[in-house]
Amino acid sequence: MNAYEGFKIGKWVDQIDVNNFIAENYTEYTGDESFLAGPTAATKQLWDTLSEMFIIEKEKGVYDAETRIPSQIDSHDAGYINKDLETIVGLQTDKPLKRGIFPNGGLRMVKQSLKEYGYELDKQTEMIFTKYRKTHNEGVFAAYTNSIRKARSNSIITGLPDAYGRGRIIGDYRRVALYGVDRLIKQRQDHFANTDPKEITDTIAREREELTDQINALKALKRMAAAYGIDISQPAQTAQEAIQWTYFAYLGAIKDQNGAAMSLGRVSTFMDIYIERDLKNGVITEEQAQEMMDHFVMKLRLVRFLRTPEYDELFSGDPVWVTESVGGMTNGGKSMVTKNSFRLLHTLYNLGPSPEPNLTVLWSESLPMNWKKYCAKVSIDTSSLQYENDDLMREQLGSDYGIACCVSPMEIGKQMQFFGARANLPKALLYTINGGKDEVSKEQVTPTTYEKVGGEYLDFDEVWTKFDKMLDWIAETYVKALNVIHYMHDKYSYEALEMALHDLEVRRTQAFGIAGISIVADSFAAMKYGKVRVIRDEEGDAVDYVVEKEYIPYGNNDDNTDQIAVQIVQNFMNKIRSHKMYRNAIPTQSVLTITSNVVYGKKTGNTPDGRRAGEPFGPGANPMHGRDTRGAIASLSSVAKLPFEDANDGISYTFAITPSTLGQGSDEQKVNLVGLMDGYFNQTGQHLNVNVFDRSLLVDAMEHPEKYPQLTIRVSGYAVNFIKLTKEQQLDVINRTITTKF
Amino acid sequence: MTKAYIHSFESFGTKDGPGIRFVLFLQGCPLRCLFCHNPDTWKRKDFKMEWTTDEVFNEIKKVKGFIKSGGVTVSGGEPLMQAEFIEQLFVKCHEEGIHTAVDTSGFMFNEQIKATLAVTDLVLLDVKHIVPHKYKALTGQSLEPTLEFLEYLQSIDKPTWIRYVLIPGYTDDEADLKAWSQKIATYSNVERVDLLAFHQMGQSKWEQMGLKYELSAIEPPSAEEIVRAETIMKSYGLPVSQRN
Repeated sequence: MNAYEGFKIGKWVDQIDVNNFIAENYTEYTGDESFLAGPTAATKQLWDTLSEMFIIEKEKGVYDAETRIPSQIDSHDAGYINKDLETIVGLQTDKPLKRGIFPNGGLRMVKQSLKEYGYELDKQTEMIFTKYRKTHNEGVFAAYTNSIRKARSNSIITGLPDAYGRGRIIGDYRRVALYGVDRLIKQRQDHFANTDPKEITDTIAREREELTDQINALKALKRMAAAYGIDISQPAQTAQEAIQWTYFAYLGAIKDQNGAAMSLGRVSTFMDIYIERDLKNGVITEEQAQEMMDHFVMKLRLVRFLRTPEYDELFSGDPVWVTESVGGMTNGGKSMVTKNSFRLLHTLYNLGPSPEPNLTVLWSESLPMNWKKYCAKVSIDTSSLQYENDDLMREQLGSDYGIACCVSPMEIGKQMQFFGARANLPKALLYTINGGKDEVSKEQVTPTTYEKVGGEYLDFDEVWTKFDKMLDWIAETYVKALNVIHYMHDKYSYEALEMALHDLEVRRTQAFGIAGISIVADSFAAMKYGKVRVIRDEEGDAVDYVVEKEYIPYGNNDDNTDQIAVQIVQNFMNKIRSHKMYRNAIPTQSVLTITSNVVYGKKTGNTPDGRRAGEPFGPGANPMHGRDTRGAIASLSSVAKLPFEDANDGISYTFAITPSTLGQGSDEQKVNLVGLMDGYFNQTGQHLNVNVFDRSLLVDAMEHPEKYPQLTIRVSGYAVNFIKLTKEQQLDVINRTITTKF
Repeated sequence: MTKAYIHSFESFGTKDGPGIRFVLFLQGCPLRCLFCHNPDTWKRKDFKMEWTTDEVFNEIKKVKGFIKSGGVTVSGGEPLMQAEFIEQLFVKCHEEGIHTAVDTSGFMFNEQIKATLAVTDLVLLDVKHIVPHKYKALTGQSLEPTLEFLEYLQSIDKPTWIRYVLIPGYTDDEADLKAWSQKIATYSNVERVDLLAFHQMGQSKWEQMGLKYELSAIEPPSAEEIVRAETIMKSYGLPVSQRN
């Protein structure tokens, strides 16, 4: 059979162009969810097996771990849950939930994590990565400056990917299914052979080496599939093959890299084209189509990396960000919604709610009403979805972009990112006041050229000017750190397979981040519109603040305060822009914390907005807990003011509402949630995590976790299994604003 | 321009009319309902804001994107005490294509109110009891004006939702519920009946205002009691929707 039989031919045949293939061939679906099929017996049996394993995993921390063989694309034998029942196969190691090790990123992380969970790294493997082979982590520390080290150890710049994989790169995994691996290899081999420049600079030498690494990675991918008895050298011929091969390509990536976020991209509408063809030809039934999607998603729920408990404290609940983007529109005004978009979301019913894959709906007011209502229903029932503004992002990125990690949009196969965690802005404000001395460690972190802020009361103009100077230092230090990290990551832990699934020429962004925007905005509002008295210790360091006159906090749609937040986002981005980026990347930033808002808070002293030392920050771009007193719309409107053009890597807002506030009865609730999202995204909000629950549910889940094995909630940028959060994080979530009135 | 005495507003209401609504609570009410959960709206002099229609409309415009599926509801207090203001506000709403509703006891009626109703898309009418002396005991006013108001709404074929609060021991007598349903069922302009369960959320406000709250011992109706009332209403063909 000709793999392309029945497909509409376009330029995708002669060039590698999945976007064109989709545009020419997908069938938009505007109907409702009534066609969906429930789980098959095989699906139930497989999920039951896994559910038992999850309980053991939760008790032990990890279910099983590799201790000897570093994970590579073809490092392990085939592994199965139950070979006879699985329609889509492939595991990261030879057993489900057995975690691989990735010493290329950093040996310390591997050793420590194994030790924490009662395993020991094989001596010979350890010797190889100490005596013979340098890691990314070693490389980074061989080049870090003293200022970077200080900024890092005092947590003003944190979460840097200098001890593990950087992630946030999405391979175009669909290419393997559409073209077969041989064609992808040949494209690169031809390019390699045909380029013979007059001079070889270090840039060209590197690019040639990377190309060879990419070709080798594709060959390894074929060997990996062959271990399962499957030949992926030619294009997929059926829906089962298209799903399987796309998954194999992704599986190769997560065996090759333990990136912080290993996102999937945008595969469901692509797969729908094959499913539609098979359904039309009577090759499969709807039950079988759903079963394949259920089994595919089941595999995505098994993705695991070995992390240290400190990492877990920062990014709680074992997240891997298998982010899959679904929905969205074309530039021609047609939606990208297919039946398979519904099938993907329906896995949350067939398998129950789950944080992974990180299902992300690309929202536009123009999406079909049936789809919008179905999404709202899924959110109300499962709190497992996040939403991002397609109208905002499509303008820049076209109709084939996906979200990496939480909120970072990128064109699939054409763009990659150098991920860079975030700077702690409230701490930067405290450094401003104390002349660069850390309020917790009492260490002088910045050079001593930064003059302290004096006086009994904080003067807005003085603090604002000095803060601006402090941000110069932070931006400079931050850029230096990222440039070192990504140089070393390319050198010691290059993502050969993921990059083999990109165009030959890629656009690179370098993504910075800021945490605690609401605290800084509130602090400046308190100085400008309220009155803040400083309390200093015997050394003359400010240690506490008394807000003597009220101010209106960020999150109440008050322009005076909200514009301070806007200004800071713009200023910091401009400071970043003034520096040179690694590999000439385009600098971007995000306003995102994930669950690290809790740890940031712990490490930051009293702040001038009235927040106590140790208290969590508001997550992402959220207002501080409980300060957004004018209702959800005011809160949403404040966040929507933050400029996407200066935070191109995403602005995260996490929202919770009780079911009864949304309305009475399921139809009314669906329609009102749709209205809420239409309103927010029309005001150019970029991202929205939607949680629908009563606080009492969470309190009960905290007390009786055994009753809620699959309770999923959205935190900043991802979803998490609530019972896997630390106690502190559970309390943080419970204390957040849950909208009960507007 | 007329100014309004305002108690407060909500930018995202889902309980007072269809869809997501901007809900404006006006100050002042001639009724003294025993179960009132906003006794702080009774006296006009207790108003929190005194705003022009333009000022109010600016607030509405801020949230316009959110209320496309719904609209604006003016509640209170008794909003029709300030009917001229509402008329001006609703004219502006209609210019922008925004759906309008008032939430009223139907106690007031005059020419100005007729004009206001002409620019009102939906009336939410509280018929708090059907037995005149019980109505009076419950609200401090007589029932008759409300029924006349409903007659007028019928005569101009105004889409109307009737609201009824179920209070154990006060409004849940079976014979009364039947009489109420029988009466309401005669109006063809009634599109929906909201059956609201009594709750104790108003109590603290009564105490704060130094008022004696007589219903402190009353428990909210149970799920079974609500279903019982709903079943009675439905047996008269009323389109009942339960509201919390």
